[in-house]
Amino acid sequence: MSDMKYTKDHEWIKIEDGNVAVIGITEFAQDALGDLVFVELPEMGASVSKGDDFAVVESVKTAAEVYTPVTGEVVAINDNLEGDAELIKKSIEEGWIAKIKMTDESEIADLMDRAAYDKFLAEQDH
Amino acid sequence: MSKQTPLYQAHLDSGAKMGPFAGYDMPLYYNEGVMAEHEWVREHAGIFDVSHMGQVILSGENAMAFLERITPSSFGKLPDGRAKYTVMTNEKGGIVDDLIVTRMASDQFFAVINAGCKDKDIAWMREHLPSGVDMQVLDDRALVALQGGAAESVMRDLFGMDLSEIPYMWLIEASLHDGTEAYVSRLGYTGEDGFEISVPADKARMLWDKLLSHDKVKPIGLAARDSLRLEMGYCLYGHDIDDTTSPIEAGLGWVMGKENTGFIGAGHVLGHKEDGVDRARVGIRLTEKGVAREGVDILDAQTMEKIGTLTSGGFSPSLKGGVGQGYVQKDKAEIGTKVFVNVRGRNIAAEVADMPFIPARTKSMKKKAA
Repeated sequence: MSDMKYTKDHEWIKIEDGNVAVIGITEFAQDALGDLVFVELPEMGASVSKGDDFAVVESVKTAAEVYTPVTGEVVAINDNLEGDAELIKKSIEEGWIAKIKMTDESEIADLMDRAAYDKFLAEQDH
Repeated sequence: MSKQTPLYQAHLDSGAKMGPFAGYDMPLYYNEGVMAEHEWVREHAGIFDVSHMGQVILSGENAMAFLERITPSSFGKLPDGRAKYTVMTNEKGGIVDDLIVTRMASDQFFAVINAGCKDKDIAWMREHLPSGVDMQVLDDRALVALQGGAAESVMRDLFGMDLSEIPYMWLIEASLHDGTEAYVSRLGYTGEDGFEISVPADKARMLWDKLLSHDKVKPIGLAARDSLRLEMGYCLYGHDIDDTTSPIEAGLGWVMGKENTGFIGAGHVLGHKEDGVDRARVGIRLTEKGVAREGVDILDAQTMEKIGTLTSGGFSPSLKGGVGQGYVQKDKAEIGTKVFVNVRGRNIAAEVADMPFIPARTKSMKKKAA
């Protein structure tokens, strides 16, 4: 699964078809948020820039913004999350939030792979 | 450096996620999470460490007069053993703190005050303390709340206590199974039946572990304490009420005693009662999906003008939707008024709702006829 990437804000990114970034939140973020109750999805077709908060995940405890690590256009949103926010925790296939068609694929180079993300998490523990 | 309650180690032993609250390092939630804890209390019973709250004994011949000076309530007709929710008011009629006062005897009262207000309250009381009143801060006691429908049977199973005849808002002094002297009050802040148990600090761990040994009892953190009280529309000091809110605006006029006109700030508060106020605390229930939290603007659904602000808000596990409370213009406070809550620029449909959001299941306050 070398196509999985991660951010310091605890998003995961899976690259599909070379230029589509599927974005979700990592297990670490899921655990920190606890029981998920609502997801505010981005608009289809919206233009987003790297670093924008483009979705919000609400848990019983708090609200967390989800940031896009890539610039592009929202080409798909996971409507199923509107009915059941907890799906986010199930799997990448069921728990993705949105897909963004990238305009600058070089932005992927800034992201961490699993090993780097694990190292980052370990460092956060201190 | 955060303070710790006598149950700090017990929380760690139960796997609590700790966090800062009112100067203390407190359990926010345990292994199963907020939602499971909330539901467990609604279905069975949970225990909460509320030892961070202040416990104060006021005694002496002028103790009652003193309480009727610092709160708008009357204590003369309150029977011994009966507890009362009230507020302390300042000179401007704002609320210094909300508290529970139990009349132990005509010259002895037991007050439980908010953790975050403890130092302020004690200084306030000391400043206004007349001669003939002794104030004793019980720093050496812990307080554990057992809340939920199973509470009465838990107390019977573990301590052999039959509390079936004790009405809501009553305190008894009782001995636990090992002889520990405790104040057991039938009250709480969840809307469920339950008890708050005050014991010497060195007995706290014993009490906690004993309660946890019951299969109907789980430890509950502050996060679920907040969602449970929010469903009941109870005030959280520093959020829903503060030094600038009048008891009348807050909808707490019912704590006032008819005979008491001499309390601090009475001129303002009685004026508010007589002449009315411009804003009122109301319940807000989201009719669309979403969660609105403290600080969110409340808009009139017709004019889209701002009519108020949310002072508490979150997700109600019982209603599976967003609820909150806040202050709105008095003429927009009627139940059913359509509003929007503006969350991060998005308007979510909501309405002014009656509180509590779900029915309280506390017992009757009346003593059964002998």
